[in-house]
This record gives sequence, structure tokens and C-alpha cells, in this order.
Amino acid sequence: MSETKKWVRIARVENIPVREGRAVEVGGHDVAIFNLGDRFLAVENRCPHRSGPLADGIVSGTTVVCPLHAWKVDLTSGQVTNRPGETACVKSYPAAVRDGVVLVEIVVADSKPNPSHTPCRVPAAAIAVMSARD
Amino acid sequence: MNKLVVVGNGMAGVACVEQILKHAPKFAITVFGDETHVNYNRILLSSVLAGEKAADEIVLNGLDWYEQNQIRIRLGVRITDIDPAAKCVVGDDGSITAFDKLLLATGSVPLIPPIEGTKKEGVYVFRNLDDTRKLLGRAGKGVKAIVIGGGLLGLEAARGLQVQGCDVTVVHLMDTLMERQLDLKGGGYLKSKMECLGVKVLLERNTAAILGSGRAEGVTFKDGSSVEADFVVIAAGIRPNVELGRKASLHVNRGIVVNDFMETSHPDIFAVGECVEHNGSCYGLLAPLLEQGKILAATITGNKGPRYQGTVSAAKLKIMGVDVFSAGDFTEETPGTDVVRYEDAALGIYKKLTLRDGKLTGTILVGDTSDSHRYMEWLRAQEDLTPLRRQLLFPDSSEDAGLDVAEMPDNKVVCGCIGVSKGAIIEAIHKKGVNTLSQLKECTRASTGCGSCTEHCQQLLKAVVPEFQEESGRVLCKCLPYGEEKLRDIVRGQRIFSVQQVLDIYGNGLGCEICKPALSYMMDVVWCGDHDEDRSARYINDRVHANIQKDGTFSVVPRMRGGVTSAKELRRIADVAEKYNVPMVKVTGSQRVDLLGVKKADLPKIWADLGMPSGQAYTKGVRMVKTCVGTDFCRFGVQDSTKAGIELERRLEHLFTPAKVKMGAVGCPRNCAEATVKDIGLVGQEGTWQVVVGGAAGKKVRKADLLITVESTEEALQAATLFFQYYRENANFLERTYDFIERVGIEKARRETVYAPLAVQQGLRERLRKSKRLAQDAWLEGDEPRHPTQFVQIEALEKVLP
Repeated sequence: MSETKKWVRIARVENIPVREGRAVEVGGHDVAIFNLGDRFLAVENRCPHRSGPLADGIVSGTTVVCPLHAWKVDLTSGQVTNRPGETACVKSYPAAVRDGVVLVEIVVADSKPNPSHTPCRVPAAAIAVMSARD
Repeated sequence: MNKLVVVGNGMAGVACVEQILKHAPKFAITVFGDETHVNYNRILLSSVLAGEKAADEIVLNGLDWYEQNQIRIRLGVRITDIDPAAKCVVGDDGSITAFDKLLLATGSVPLIPPIEGTKKEGVYVFRNLDDTRKLLGRAGKGVKAIVIGGGLLGLEAARGLQVQGCDVTVVHLMDTLMERQLDLKGGGYLKSKMECLGVKVLLERNTAAILGSGRAEGVTFKDGSSVEADFVVIAAGIRPNVELGRKASLHVNRGIVVNDFMETSHPDIFAVGECVEHNGSCYGLLAPLLEQGKILAATITGNKGPRYQGTVSAAKLKIMGVDVFSAGDFTEETPGTDVVRYEDAALGIYKKLTLRDGKLTGTILVGDTSDSHRYMEWLRAQEDLTPLRRQLLFPDSSEDAGLDVAEMPDNKVVCGCIGVSKGAIIEAIHKKGVNTLSQLKECTRASTGCGSCTEHCQQLLKAVVPEFQEESGRVLCKCLPYGEEKLRDIVRGQRIFSVQQVLDIYGNGLGCEICKPALSYMMDVVWCGDHDEDRSARYINDRVHANIQKDGTFSVVPRMRGGVTSAKELRRIADVAEKYNVPMVKVTGSQRVDLLGVKKADLPKIWADLGMPSGQAYTKGVRMVKTCVGTDFCRFGVQDSTKAGIELERRLEHLFTPAKVKMGAVGCPRNCAEATVKDIGLVGQEGTWQVVVGGAAGKKVRKADLLITVESTEEALQAATLFFQYYRENANFLERTYDFIERVGIEKARRETVYAPLAVQQGLRERLRKSKRLAQDAWLEGDEPRHPTQFVQIEALEKVLP
């Protein structure tokens, strides 16, 4: 049962405005891609709280705020940053730009359903730090 | 009585006279000033240029002060000669004035570099109030200006002109801005801050000539390149004004040479301020001048003793949002110099401390000058910082906000410019009933110089005043250290047109879901819609003009003004509901038809099929006006509320507001459309309308307050729209009218709207009109999207099977 990682061409960069996100379905993954001005980041387009479309959220630095109930998700790690102790998080996908086109890397499993791309676990230490900060 | 003549009515001369008066001298004092203005705070000229202060706000000593102290003041008279033997001065008005003691406080003059054509029309300097007025007269929207000189003064002039609308380029000879106060790196941070504000900066440009025949049209550089301009400002530095010193045959180098007692080479002539040279140094900043004044006052009144020993030079750039502070010797070359450095390129913060033998020798702060006071104190005291070595840049955070001031001894000088100690401030608070910063300024002058001690003064007030209330409101969020009222002032005063620019210059550059929508609204209301709208800073509802639902679909509410519709419209709504499989069609509590569960990609097609404008149900804006059937059919109606409601809606629709605005109009006091619990309501009575505001029937129930009772429908509409614009301009973001009214009070709201002077009312109306002119039905974007993928679901360029 082999798994292959694959870079998939998504859209020309100008199709995602700066500091906004866009949703795309690719290989069975619902992905939200964000243009941060100097780079693109991609996460699963489902807020861990109530499945809100993260692509429609307001970008704040490298986080996005879900448009439904303002959960804040870090776009690099997929972790929730404004709910101390919250361990639920979203998958994050590597994203890159080549020849003016945004690409994301997804895992295409040969027959099995897709496992999480970037396994998302919040380390215990991180939880402690987050609670201390808030 | 001895005659004391003071030449120079600037800050140094008058501050020295103030000190002399403290010694209760037996002098008949005459002050000559070649400017026609009374003594003013020259440091704040850049604030006048930037429109932050009016000319009369920077006056330090009004005519009454001279009168009270029996000082003879001669304004507009330039002293042209001194006869040291006969002990008299000659004025350009022909007057001859005898003196026993003479005080020279002639300041400095702008340095004009050897550039061809500096005499041309349209070439200015920036030194005094008249220069400032000339620049203000010349500046304007789109006018191109070149500022020669990238030092303190040049940059402040550049920003001031830019705030006035000019397209400004700063031309600097050296490879970094403010090279006398900053190192290369600090200069680099400053440059990007200036560029972020929209001021262009050209470094290493040696200006050869001012272009233009008779009138400045630009400048050329020695490398052959050139830049066009409508006018040129020369701010290349100052030099001590020593002309009179020479004429009196005093010992003069770069400045008039004085000893530690501020005596010149003539026993009865003294000098103070920018025109003097002490121990090889000339000073162009305020603190040294004041210190010199104190010494000189002692000397001249027969209390000779205190010595002037030079001042640690410190400079602060006075451009709002561009924090730059520099003090002491910050060079790193001297052997044994330790350098402590911190920088954050994203936030534009750069801090550097230099130490020798454990003592602070210099500092540079860019982007965050909040600690400047601490460093200044360390520089002055020259204490050994070895025990504090780990906390130099980051002091131990303390829970006790008052600790900082509690640790200060009473004699510690809080305001270094004016020389006000902590003890003096506390005394003013207790004995003179000072409660606020502005009263403190008035009473003690503290923080009226460079303003860098404002924070400390605030802390002192907070700690000492029994019922202290901060003058500025609460901050919006952690991204920006200002309240909304202050931010509106900044946006307006500093001419900022985009959300990102506010964040870049005044905040952390990032912004969040709290401040971005608030700033978006602020831009819209301050510039009446004529701003650079940034959709990324707005909620998704405002990006796609529909209300997001829990499953990520949207709801569509077409506008039916006053709740009046037609068979045709209802048929189109029904067709749309079927064609797009709309899961739910609902009549809402506010007489609206809501189509729920619509996909984002279907929005433009649905809007087109409906052929109705947006009902703005998704945004902080004007909802449909709820009306009753009025007089057309109702047996009880006494006013045509349907017509009035529709007209009110027409006048205000498509505008944005701090929070949603629900309105209602009823034709009789039975109040069928519940106008008395709306944000704005029109309540019809026999022969009159009551205009009511601040009602609520949500989480909170509040009966609206009566704004005014009027006779005609037109008057009612006028009153309602006046209040509407007043609320738009003064409420905080997300503050509903009922909270707003409770905060400001209905009496004040009346005073500032319906009872306001005509000019104020006209201002409100004019701004509303401008906003309305630029506002449009958001759903028109369905045909012409703002962005190609605004509504469409992106399809990946290559297909991958799951």
C-alpha cells in the first residue's frame, strides 16, 4: 500500500489576492490557500471548531480567523492559537510558487483514503506555553 | 536700575529671562525680536506644518506675560550693530538702546549649501513661523516638493508637507538619513518608515543646482540626474548666528565663545543658546539651551557660581508614528565599547546601546522610543550598569504599573526640556488641582517641549490624581496602541488612506480580525468613501455582499424599500428560489425576504435574476426601513409613514455604519412598525413627527430617546439624517446607537446635531452627501467583480483523482 506525495498546480498567483484566501478541492482534499504577500500557505479548509470555511477568514500575520466563531488557526502549523488548551487542529500543506503558479503538495494514496498530510498533534509543551500567554 | 538688553526673542533668550526673573533682579529688561511674533515653541513648527497644531497653540509667552513682568518688548526690530565701548545696540529702525548688561540669544540661521540658484522664487527655508506659513501657502494636493536635507528638520518638513498633500522627495547628501543621530542600520529603518509614509528618499545625492528660470522647477545633482518639483525647501542644517558677536569684537569661533559661566570675552556681554560655543561644542537642541539659561541667570544677577559643563545631546524626531530617539555617543569604534543591539525588521524596531566601562555612552532607538527616558537618565547619571546588564533592553516586567514612577526621587527631572521635576508635578496636582495632562501642561509646561516625557507625566497623573481618567479612550486591540477617537484623528491628520498603512506605521504591521474591520470602516467614514479600500481587511460578508451561514453558504436579502414590494418582484424571488434550489425562503422579523443556503458562486447570478438592490442585511450598514401602511389604506394613520420610510431609506441606503442601523417609520402612535425600539425611528402624530433615536429590541430592550419633534416630513428626514451622520462619525466600531447614545448622552447628541450651529449641520450634511455620492449598490459587483475569483470556486489547474 504505497503513498505518493505530489505537487499539484492550483492557480496563477494573481487569482489569490494578497492577505486573502481561496478554497480549492484537490485530490479529495478541501484546501484553503492564502496569499501572505511574500509567500503562500495552505491548510485544510475546515475549522476544527464547527467546520467553518477558513478560506473566507481574515488573515492576521500568519494566522487566519474563522469567519464563523473567530477561532484563530496558525497557517504554518494548523494549530488553534486563541483557545488555550485546545488540541484540535487542521492539516497544513506545503505550498510553493513556480512560474507564477501556486502549488500545494498533497498525499495521494493508491487505494486507501488519505491520511493526514502533516500529522497534527499539539505537543504538550506548546499547550503550556499557550495557556501561559493568554 | 540696571538696563538689561536681550537680543533674541526665541526660546533660549526668553527662557533665560524667565530664569533671571526668578532671581528677582533689579533690571529694566528690554527684549528685541526680529520676528513679529511673541515667543513661541520653535520645536513645534513641524507640528504646525503637519496641521497638528495651530500657530497660536505654540505660543509660549503671550504679550500679557511681558506686560506682567514689566519687560519692554520690541518685535520686528533687528539689532544691526553693537557698540561695546559705548554700551549700546543699534536697531534697523534707527533706534539706539543703551545697556548695562547685554544678552545675545541670536540663535542660528539656516545653512544654505553652495548650490546654484538658491535665490530663485520657490526656494524656501524652514526656520521660523513665517517660513512655516509660506510653506503652508505653497503646499497642496499633488504639488511636488523637494526637501534638501535628510536630518531632523528636513524629515519633519518633508512629512509636514506630505500631510498637506504634497508629493515629497527628500534629497540627502550622505548615505544614511540623520547620520549625526543614527548609525547606518538605524538610518535604514528610518528610511523605510519614511517611505512607508509615502515620502520618497534619495540618498547620496549631491545637489548641484536648482532648475528653472527665475522660479524653481526642480533640482539637478552632480551625477547629472535631476528631479522635478514645484518648490524646493532647503533644510541642510543650521549655523550659529554670530554676526553681532563679531561686530562687538567678541571671541568667536563657530559660535560666540562662552566660558562655564556663560560669559563672553566682554565682561558685560553674555550669550546663550544656539549662537554660543562652549568647550568646542555648539548645541541646537532645547535641553542644553535651558540649562545654559539657568547658569547665565545666576551669573548675570550676581549669583555667579554654577558652571555649565556641557549637555548630553539627545534628539527626538517629531513625526507621528515614526519614533526615533538618539543620545550621546553611539559610535562603536572606540576600543572598549560594548554594543547591545536588538532589532525586529518586521516591526521596524531597532535599538542600540553603547557602553564603556559599564556605563552608558549612547543610544539609538527607532520604532519604539518608550524607554528613552530610562536611557537618558543613565546617560546623565553615568551609573554603573553592570548589575543591570541582563535587563538593559528588556527591564523586568512589573505587575505594578506605578512602580516606575514610585521609584523616582522627588527631585528627579521628568521633563528635561522645561526642567520640571517629579516633585513639582505632584505639587501642581495637589496645590493647583491639576487632573489632566492638558492642565498639567498649562500649569507646569511639563511635556510641552519635545513631548517625550508625556508617558511619564501620564503615569504620574495616574498614580497621584485621586480620580484620574485617561483622556484617550480604550485601545482597539493589541495591534495598535490607540483608541478609536485618536486613530480617527491620526487617519485624518496624517492623511492615511489604507488600513495596511495605519497598521504598518502605527501598529504591528499585521492587524487582526478586530482592528482590520474597524479600520476599514474608519477609512470609509473619515474619507467619505474616497479611500483605498482593502477587501482583505473586511469580513467575508463585505467581500461577497452576503451573510455567511453556519455551513459556509450565504443568505441573500434583496432590498424592498420600506417593506413595499410588488407581484412582479415576488414572482422573480420565487423563480430564483426554484432555479437555484434555495433551501429556505423566510420572511424575517424586519419585513425582509431572506433566501438562505445560497452557494457563493451563485450569488452574482441570483442578484442578476432578482434585479433588486442589496438589502445590506449582511453588513454594518443601512437595513431596510420598517414601515406601517401609513395613510394610504390604514384607517388610523395620520402621517404617510410608508412614503417617509422609503424616502429615508433612499437617502441612506448603501452607506456603511459603525454597527447595523435599523430604522422604522410609523404613521400613528400605535407604533405598528415598532419605530420606538429602532436605532432611528419616525413616529407620526397629528400634525407632527417625532424623531427618536437609540432604541433597541434585541439582547437589550431600550425605548428610543426623543431627538426632536418637527412639523413636516422633510424636517423629520433632515433631523434623522443629521443624527445618522453624527453617529457614523463619532461612534466606535460595532457600537450600536443605543450604546452610543448612553455613552454620549442624548442632550449632547441634540446639541451637536439638530441644535448645532448651521455650519456644523452643513458639515455633517456635506460629508453625508459626499459619502452617498461615492456609495453604490454592492450587488452591482456581480456584473463587475472586484477580483476575478471574488465569487468563483477555484478549479485546480491540474486534476488529481482522490
